[in-house]
Amino acid sequence: MIRFEHASKRYPGSIAALSDVSFEVARGELVLVGGHSGAGKSTLLKLVAAIERPSGGTVLVNGQNVGALRPRAIPYLRRNLGLVFQDQKLLFDRSALDNVVLPLAIAGLPPREAAKRARAALDKVGLLAREKAMPIALSGGEQQRLSIARAVVNRPNLLLADEPTAHLDAETARDVADIFLDFHRVGVTVFIATYDDHYFEAAAPRKLVLSHGQLQ
Amino acid sequence: MKTWLTQHRAALTLALRRLRAAPLNSLLSILAIGIALALPSGGYLLLSNLQRLAQKAAPTPRLSLFLSIDSDRRTASELGVRLKAHAGISSYIFLPREQTLARMKKNEGLGDVIDALGHNPFPDAYAITPASSAPEAMEALAAELRGWPKVEHIQIDSAWVRRLDALLNLGRSGLALLAALLGGGLVAITFNTIRLQVLTQRAEIEVSRLLGATDAFIRRPFHYFGALLGLAGGLAAWLIVSLATLALRGPVNQLGQLYALNFDLATLGPVEACWLLFAATLLGLGGAAISLRQHLKQH
Repeated sequence: MIRFEHASKRYPGSIAALSDVSFEVARGELVLVGGHSGAGKSTLLKLVAAIERPSGGTVLVNGQNVGALRPRAIPYLRRNLGLVFQDQKLLFDRSALDNVVLPLAIAGLPPREAAKRARAALDKVGLLAREKAMPIALSGGEQQRLSIARAVVNRPNLLLADEPTAHLDAETARDVADIFLDFHRVGVTVFIATYDDHYFEAAAPRKLVLSHGQLQ
Repeated sequence: MKTWLTQHRAALTLALRRLRAAPLNSLLSILAIGIALALPSGGYLLLSNLQRLAQKAAPTPRLSLFLSIDSDRRTASELGVRLKAHAGISSYIFLPREQTLARMKKNEGLGDVIDALGHNPFPDAYAITPASSAPEAMEALAAELRGWPKVEHIQIDSAWVRRLDALLNLGRSGLALLAALLGGGLVAITFNTIRLQVLTQRAEIEVSRLLGATDAFIRRPFHYFGALLGLAGGLAAWLIVSLATLALRGPVNQLGQLYALNFDLATLGPVEACWLLFAATLLGLGGAAISLRQHLKQH
């Protein structure tokens, strides 16, 4: 599903964010990436989502070489991924339902069909009753769940999340983690950058630890 | 095909929503575009009306040939034979001096003056329609006829129409220049409006990209936005021009009647209106496309 071969990333004018990272994530696996803040977790996820390109080595996602991907092909790679961002990146000028509809509209689904599937995704994260609410009216936990609904509405085979439980109280964090575990249970590959490992222990995940851009 | 339609409809809806989201901004942009387009459209209308007026006032250019007053009827008929043989003349009518006198006497006021003269002041004359109505050919013909014996005076009756025509041609060139300038202005207006739109929608553009939106998907609503802005501006221009002609129609009619001309001020016809709307839409779309090429790169 994901394969890094001696991948490195150096931003202009700074030290290497990642250096010589090699690992593999198999289909259906749940993998956590840990490490202190600034260790390169976010950069690692950005390489997988083709938001950044590796400076060296290769990054393969779904069999595609991210570094060699033509810009025109990137959107189609991303449509097979579910992305949950640290800052959620919700659109505050539209309702919860419309936020979840967006990936389906991008994929060209007819509005009626899109709304149906978006409601199913909202239901899965327990937000169906709030479909008309604007994101600003949602609590932190609800916003995080909304962003998960948006990430999974396309039924991706790979779910990526950057610190999905950060800034949440313990109970809400556990709810959010359980949603990821549910997706893992039905066969979705889940790749999460987090330092709250304990919320995911139930699935006995494989753990990668980054330190100063290198895999421990 | 169905996906394509769905996406275009969604983009159009989004563009309409964005236009509605800032009604005052949209209205002002539309007004600016409308005024910018109304100027050349109004100018075009003015020129085409003047041209119609000129055609109405003097349908075909003619030459008038006046014989000297002392020439007799035989000289006149000899001249008629020469005119008939001339290749540069397509037709002519002989106007005997008695007939002219009779016609002029019918004119109110003029009859008394002519009676007071005691003799017929009018010469025999020919009204000549030249084969070619090109101004140079007419001038050449007039110069040639002036050299003939017993020809007192040649008058090019519709010289002023020619001059007006030349003036109208100048006007058309000026108008084309004005239209190009204001068309550029329209592109600039949409360019700037779309730039602001891109800034406002920055979050949406970024998130859409992350969710797998293609460039075409992101550009589409902006293209519609620009095209709609242009179209609405075109409609505004059409409205401005139509209202202006409607308001001017009465006074122009009155003025025409003073000059014994039955003249109705024409407004933009359906074909012309369609062209105006088409051009406005195209310019709006063009402005949007240029703006997107500039401003989407930065994200």
